[in-house]
Amino acid sequence: MPATVSSHLRVNGVDHELAVEPRWLLVDVLRDQLGLTGTHVGCEHGVCGTCTVLVDGETARSCLMLAASADGAELLTVEGLSQGERLHPLQEAFRQAQGLQCGFCTPGMLMLAHELLGQNSSPSEAEIREAISANLCRCTGYQGIVEAVALAAAQAGGAR
Amino acid sequence: MKPPRFEYAAPRTLDQVLELLAQHGEGARVLAGGQSLIPLLNFRLAHPELVIDINRIAELGYLRADDGGLAIGALARQHAVERSAEVRARLPILAEAVRLIGHAPIRHRGTIGGNIAHADPASELPAVMLALEAELTLARRGGRRTIPAERFFTGPLATALAAGELLTDIRVPGLPPRTGGAFVEMARRAGDYAVVGVAALVTLDEGGHCQRARVALCGVAPTPVRALDAEGALTGKMPVGAALDEAAARAAVATQPASDLHGSAEFRRKLARHFTRLAIQTATARAGARPGGGGS
Repeated sequence: MPATVSSHLRVNGVDHELAVEPRWLLVDVLRDQLGLTGTHVGCEHGVCGTCTVLVDGETARSCLMLAASADGAELLTVEGLSQGERLHPLQEAFRQAQGLQCGFCTPGMLMLAHELLGQNSSPSEAEIREAISANLCRCTGYQGIVEAVALAAAQAGGAR
Repeated sequence: MKPPRFEYAAPRTLDQVLELLAQHGEGARVLAGGQSLIPLLNFRLAHPELVIDINRIAELGYLRADDGGLAIGALARQHAVERSAEVRARLPILAEAVRLIGHAPIRHRGTIGGNIAHADPASELPAVMLALEAELTLARRGGRRTIPAERFFTGPLATALAAGELLTDIRVPGLPPRTGGAFVEMARRAGDYAVVGVAALVTLDEGGHCQRARVALCGVAPTPVRALDAEGALTGKMPVGAALDEAAARAAVATQPASDLHGSAEFRRKLARHFTRLAIQTATARAGARPGGGGS
């Protein structure tokens, strides 16, 4: 068994003291050690963005971080958006506006949208497109996602 | 894929980092923002014995005014530089170029020093560092040296960093009055590496003639390229018409582009010419518009 190092992660408000191999990626630790499989793993080289989570309040690719390096970080994953069975308003908007088809890119898109709306409560369509341009979707053609984010903003009272 | 096995150290002080680098030399790789190194590890294109994580070295994360220019710690995040009021006021070309690196989630983690030290010939920042005549400080156990950016980039992903050295500080001199800058590029998609990118700085005299121009390109050779001949074509002239045409043509001659799936060498030369012209025109307009400027 290779040597491990300790990594303290606060994930969705819950503290975890973990022993990780240095080479383990943050996304794999979230999924395999913590069972938080809502964060998806795709390209593993920072291109597709489906593994996007919030690290200390900012979006980051969790396939491009070592879990060891994240020691001390506060993380928000897609599981941290909903309250039990009650969907987060963004998730509800994605459902209403058909912002997903296969669902593979959805967790990453939700985290991008969550960050955007936190910084800008009434984004223009161009601003929404720029924010989600970080991630790939192979089903929707993006239109449904743009509409879902705009819908969430409008429902929160920030329609433009 | 997943990274190969390696030893891991996350030192708390710069001295500890330099000590580890001195002990392990070529066997060690430095982990900063991870946006270039982790993909190399995931693809198993890098097999370090030791990864030295410098993210705990807070003293390398600074960004501050320095005379008329800026001093930037190697660990300053790209996003912090992009947002900085200091950068936008003093060196707007830097904010303009940084915004073209990847996407926000990449720039949140990615560092200025990491991007420069990775030395991808298609990357924006190395070309901007040439145009801005930045000075880079390389530290090692027991010493340090400062070299011009011009001497730092030696080949694709290759730099003047010797085994045991760490890029620690970037110093960018201030710009003279009536100077405008622009970074423009063609990329296949927003956020991709540039197929061709051009950084231009134009300083006008009171009559609107070009006192001094600086032009550097990325994506067109094994290293970023400073186009000195193109600059010479503008000196003392109005940066329009024949002088502008000549500068753009000379910039294209200064390139040694390769053909790849993003474009042929011929296409890249055409882009170099076109974007040099656009960068100089934009920089000139901004030089005239800046407070204390001689133009509009």
